Amino acid sequence: MEESITKAEIIKPENLVYKKTSLLTDKVLSYCPGCGHGTAHRIIMEVLDEMGLQSKTIGVAPVGCSVLAYEFMNIDMQQAAHGRAPALATAIKRLHPEKTVFTYQGDGDLAAIGTAETIHACNRGENFTIFFINNGIYGMTGGQMAPTTLEGMKSSTTPYGRDWHQMGHPLKITELIAQLPGTYYVTRQSVHTPVSVRKAKKAVRTAIELQHQNRGLTFVEIVSNCNSGWKMTPVQANQWMVDNMFPFYPLGDIKVDGELVKK
Amino acid sequence: MKGNEAFAEAAIREGVDGYFGYPITPQSEVMEYLTSEKPHERTGMVVLQAESEVASINMLYGGAACGKKVMTSSSSPGISLMQEGISYMAGSELPCVLLNVVRGGPGLGTIQPSQADYFQSTKGGGHGDYHMIVLAPSSVQEMYDYVELGYELAFKYRTPVMVQSDGAIGQMMEKVEIGDQKPRLTEEEIIKNCPWATTGKTSNRERNIITSLNLESQVQENHNRKLQKKYREIEANEVRFEEILCEDAEYIFVAYGTSARICQKSIQILRKKGIKVGLVRPITLYPFPKDHFFKMAGHIKGILSVEMSAGQMIEDIKLSVEGKVPVYHFGRMGGIVPSPTEVADFLEHQFIKG
Repeated sequence: MEESITKAEIIKPENLVYKKTSLLTDKVLSYCPGCGHGTAHRIIMEVLDEMGLQSKTIGVAPVGCSVLAYEFMNIDMQQAAHGRAPALATAIKRLHPEKTVFTYQGDGDLAAIGTAETIHACNRGENFTIFFINNGIYGMTGGQMAPTTLEGMKSSTTPYGRDWHQMGHPLKITELIAQLPGTYYVTRQSVHTPVSVRKAKKAVRTAIELQHQNRGLTFVEIVSNCNSGWKMTPVQANQWMVDNMFPFYPLGDIKVDGELVKK
Repeated sequence: MKGNEAFAEAAIREGVDGYFGYPITPQSEVMEYLTSEKPHERTGMVVLQAESEVASINMLYGGAACGKKVMTSSSSPGISLMQEGISYMAGSELPCVLLNVVRGGPGLGTIQPSQADYFQSTKGGGHGDYHMIVLAPSSVQEMYDYVELGYELAFKYRTPVMVQSDGAIGQMMEKVEIGDQKPRLTEEEIIKNCPWATTGKTSNRERNIITSLNLESQVQENHNRKLQKKYREIEANEVRFEEILCEDAEYIFVAYGTSARICQKSIQILRKKGIKVGLVRPITLYPFPKDHFFKMAGHIKGILSVEMSAGQMIEDIKLSVEGKVPVYHFGRMGGIVPSPTEVADFLEHQFIKG
């Protein structure tokens, strides 16, 4: 016979199995229910907390759904102009080589308007970390085509599906920057299952640890969903991501210890 | 020393933490001088050639938000590319010093000296309601001196400051009196002087956030009011100008930078002919010496605005004198520097006798 546990017992410190990191604020997330941003925020902040880096970290928020990342991350942060986060981070890290510096960017920010800043920061081997959330769409502005929108995928500016003859091909920017000698660690992860969250968190930790070794730029892509923009329920969106996004953006390490592991 | 080199040496001696730039004529000597001087060895200063002017100005944003003394230099087309970043810095109230060695435009224009960026520098330039302080050197010495003054004002008011030069001042060689080396600020000093800066959240304070975003209209309007209050304060306290032979003058040249040097020669030509003319040289283009021109307007016969443009500053002069005195414009464009004789002739024949 199972013993029932009372509320008074549940809240006892010795029965605590999970606690929100103090590096996340108490502000309610502005993201849609089912969106991967919240989980991505959490694992990054947990890693910084576990590594004791709150007082040494400067983060850079982009323009896009995560423009308000600084409302949720309890660290010093700067909010960049659209696409320019790697330029800010370049200066921050060069002027403060002892700090932990990261950018948190979406696909439109990093792979369209900010392509030049992304590629050149990677190519210079800047010693900061880029967290790249790829959901194949412009979420904040209402679901327009992103550089990473898949062929045939519908968006508000490709209502009949993306046709590369007109709109060009989806851009595999992560594979592209992995070719550059300035990047040291490049990986693609997801946060849609408990297993993938654990793997992604491990990748975040690896990236931050390597940043402290000054070996070059570390880059963690997280393929995520946008149930609102994709016009699906959260469960459908995750399934659609597995069926369509992962074949084109396969998960796993792309570059480890400065060497390409995947063609 | 060339004007551009004097500016670069002043940056090192001011204890600037970081320079981020992109090559463009006629100011490439600034970054060339800095890299050749190895400032990382002299003071630990970071010098980085960015991938574009867009990246440079955003590097300034990142560095300035850490409370560091940051700088860039460029020329007109490059400064146009920076306008978005300058607007963000004004919105986020970040200090920095920018040098614009102006060349002729619009478009790619010419690489020769011009003053056609007056509107862009003094009226905002980027989007939104903002100003930056604009200092106009007319000698190589002032190219040197305005670096220190620029940082003093930039940090006092938490605002971008532009030193607006032109191709002639940037390229001209003159003797320069050089100041002592100032130490770069330590992290402790930065935390003390700039408690708003992102230096890492410690347990003794709330997190610092540098942003220009206010999604609620009322919050944004309050921020706008705060910025406007600051601009009124700057207008009240920071107007700088020089007067030359104005005591008995019946006519006044108004000119800055290279044009002001030409007008001094034109004054000599005209005074020999018995025409009483003086010069007011605005040193701050923003804040503009409005009150001074308003006061002057009552006891002079006319003002000639001399600019290497189609006439931009003249609009501020006209607004200042409120129609009390005729204001004319003389200028050359396309990178042509007017001669003292043609300026003098215009005043004598077109303005006074015309």
